[in-house]
Amino acid sequence: MNSASTYLDHFFFLALPYVAFFTFFFVTIERYRNRKFTYSSLSSQFLENQQHFWGLVPFHYGILVVITGHIVAFLVPREVLWWNSKPLRLYILESTALVFAILAAVGLVAAMIRRVSVSKLRRVTSPVDWLLFALLLLQILLGIEVSIRYPWGSSWFATSLTPYLWSVAWLSPDLSYVSPLPWHVKFHIINAYLLILLFPFTRLVHILVIPNPYLWRKPQVVRWYRPPMGA
Amino acid sequence: MNVRSQVSMVFHLDKCIGCHTCSIACKNIWTDRKGAEYMWWNNVETKPGTGFPTAWEDQDKYNGGWACEDGQLRLKSTSKAKTVFNIFHHPNMPTMDDYYEPWTYDYQHLFNAPEGPDQPTAVPISMVTGELINIKSGPNWDDDLGGSPIYAEHDPNLKGLSEEQRQQLFAVERLVFFYLPRICNHCLNPSCVASCPSGALYKRGEDGIVLLDQNRCRAWRACVAACPYKKTFFNWSTGKSEKCILCYPRLETGQAPACFHSCVGRIRYLGVLLYDASRIEEVAKSPAEELVEAQRSIILDPHDPAVAAAARANGIHDSVIESARRSPVYKFVKEWKIALPPHIEFRTLPMLFYVPPMAPVMAAKETGPVKNVSDDLFHDIEEARVPMRFLANLLGAGNEGKVRYALRKQKAVRWYRRALTVGDVSHAQAAEMLAQADCTPEEAEAIYRLTSLCTFDDRFVIPPMHREEAIEMLVDPLEHKQNAGFGFLTGPRRGL
Repeated sequence: MNSASTYLDHFFFLALPYVAFFTFFFVTIERYRNRKFTYSSLSSQFLENQQHFWGLVPFHYGILVVITGHIVAFLVPREVLWWNSKPLRLYILESTALVFAILAAVGLVAAMIRRVSVSKLRRVTSPVDWLLFALLLLQILLGIEVSIRYPWGSSWFATSLTPYLWSVAWLSPDLSYVSPLPWHVKFHIINAYLLILLFPFTRLVHILVIPNPYLWRKPQVVRWYRPPMGA
Repeated sequence: MNVRSQVSMVFHLDKCIGCHTCSIACKNIWTDRKGAEYMWWNNVETKPGTGFPTAWEDQDKYNGGWACEDGQLRLKSTSKAKTVFNIFHHPNMPTMDDYYEPWTYDYQHLFNAPEGPDQPTAVPISMVTGELINIKSGPNWDDDLGGSPIYAEHDPNLKGLSEEQRQQLFAVERLVFFYLPRICNHCLNPSCVASCPSGALYKRGEDGIVLLDQNRCRAWRACVAACPYKKTFFNWSTGKSEKCILCYPRLETGQAPACFHSCVGRIRYLGVLLYDASRIEEVAKSPAEELVEAQRSIILDPHDPAVAAAARANGIHDSVIESARRSPVYKFVKEWKIALPPHIEFRTLPMLFYVPPMAPVMAAKETGPVKNVSDDLFHDIEEARVPMRFLANLLGAGNEGKVRYALRKQKAVRWYRRALTVGDVSHAQAAEMLAQADCTPEEAEAIYRLTSLCTFDDRFVIPPMHREEAIEMLVDPLEHKQNAGFGFLTGPRRGL
């Protein structure tokens, strides 16, 4: 391996993750504390309702399933490998993942077309939104390509990427797992770090404020300055 | 008994002249901003008419409010489980087309246009896109179009009216309409609050004002869909929802809300009601025809020493209890029973009440003056051009009896005063009418005074809000004193 590629590997897989995660945590917290008002999903459904459904729904379901798959492979690689030990189960997992990835891609493209074609929406679409759209689309397409070109991703993710990601998490990055990977996969990883890096500067922060307390809170909310004794 | 206080309102529809001063007062203070141009926290609708947003009362279309099924209250537009699935796309979310696309005019062109053979014009420009706009509808698009086949005929309150009654409403040259000014009802069982996934909407414990915490709103849009009165609005620029705040900064300093203060017809009344918060759910579950009475029953008598004691025990200040005793709203709603809640069948328990209008009811049915001599002294109410059914759909959850009672009492008061001042009605006849309308001369006099001779202080009995005490809960008062008076306000900047 020549020194240039070693240098690049060090930059992208050793330095970049820490820069990305540090920025992610630092800026999201800073933004939440100082600019809470900017935490919003910035929904545009009020301006356009029909295409909204066909873009946003497939995209969100698709991306949620795919990301969940990545997280599961990161957290419980052994169980994933066990599941994949039977070919039928492997095929089910891989094809499900592929279907949802395509769903996400189709939804994202529909959402982008919507943003271009409806003049009202152009007014509420910032350059940052477009950067995000581009990176997300690139990421999903790369993911789909990798999964088709280098089967079976769910298994080799568990054996080579999971150890690398854990080594990053434990602050002792081990590049020997990622260095030999094909450039498609590397690009996918780098782009993921870029998305994490940009996360706090975009509307992606809405992911951090998913309103799960709604599932267990009482329907009515009352705020007191001076709560009565019984309340 | 869990006594709470609620700043409540009465709009006397008989006095509304449809001048829209209230709407403009509100707009100038609160919604003259980017993203809020289309909002009318206060608006005045022509009834029959489709209103704003179009056909808001039609819950088959908008799915707002609550449904009561098998003894359970549930939101029509959402639920805990549905929230998970509807968070990406809310199926009951209205769009700007249901309201209107705001516009301005290219006034500069009037000055900058090159000299030519014809007058320059100021073309309409969309305030959203900045592009030329072909105006299709606007705020109050159906203003005064009482007999219109495009608008009035689609009023959801016409449901259940016979063909004859409809013709009565729409007869050419004798068509009839009245005005319905609307603000947020600051409900006791608000569906906007119950629907908000983020918990951004809340009811203020001390005065019952329903507010939307701008810092917690995440634009999940559930409140806009859930409010059956469509009085929460989505700001397309900031990406946050907004609503009427009942001018709480004004109320806290003893001033009437802007729409109340500016009302030319003096139709608006504001005062505190004490109510039993432990019964909210039970009352909201009442059968539709009993809802009006059930809501009245939740309102407590502030003169009752037991109620006052329970209120005091709950931390309600004596001055607020005293204010509740002088509340004009209590008189209209509870004592006289002539103010009724709008569409209480939505089960949000609105705390804005309307005195049903007499004018279109009493107007001559035949050409010529109203007959005032008849065996049935209230005959013209039954023969009114605005059918009782229509008013009952709007103000009585379909219960005609409640509307009839309010109209009969109003008419009796008029005839009583007529006997006193004009003299063309005999005192015996006036007394007979009062008796039939369940009204005493003292009550008639009080209704007359609060309707016709009311001063500013009669109409607005604003409770002391005791913010000086509220401060203690937030910071040390001394520290607050040292810091108050100078600071920075930041504008609502949209997120990236």
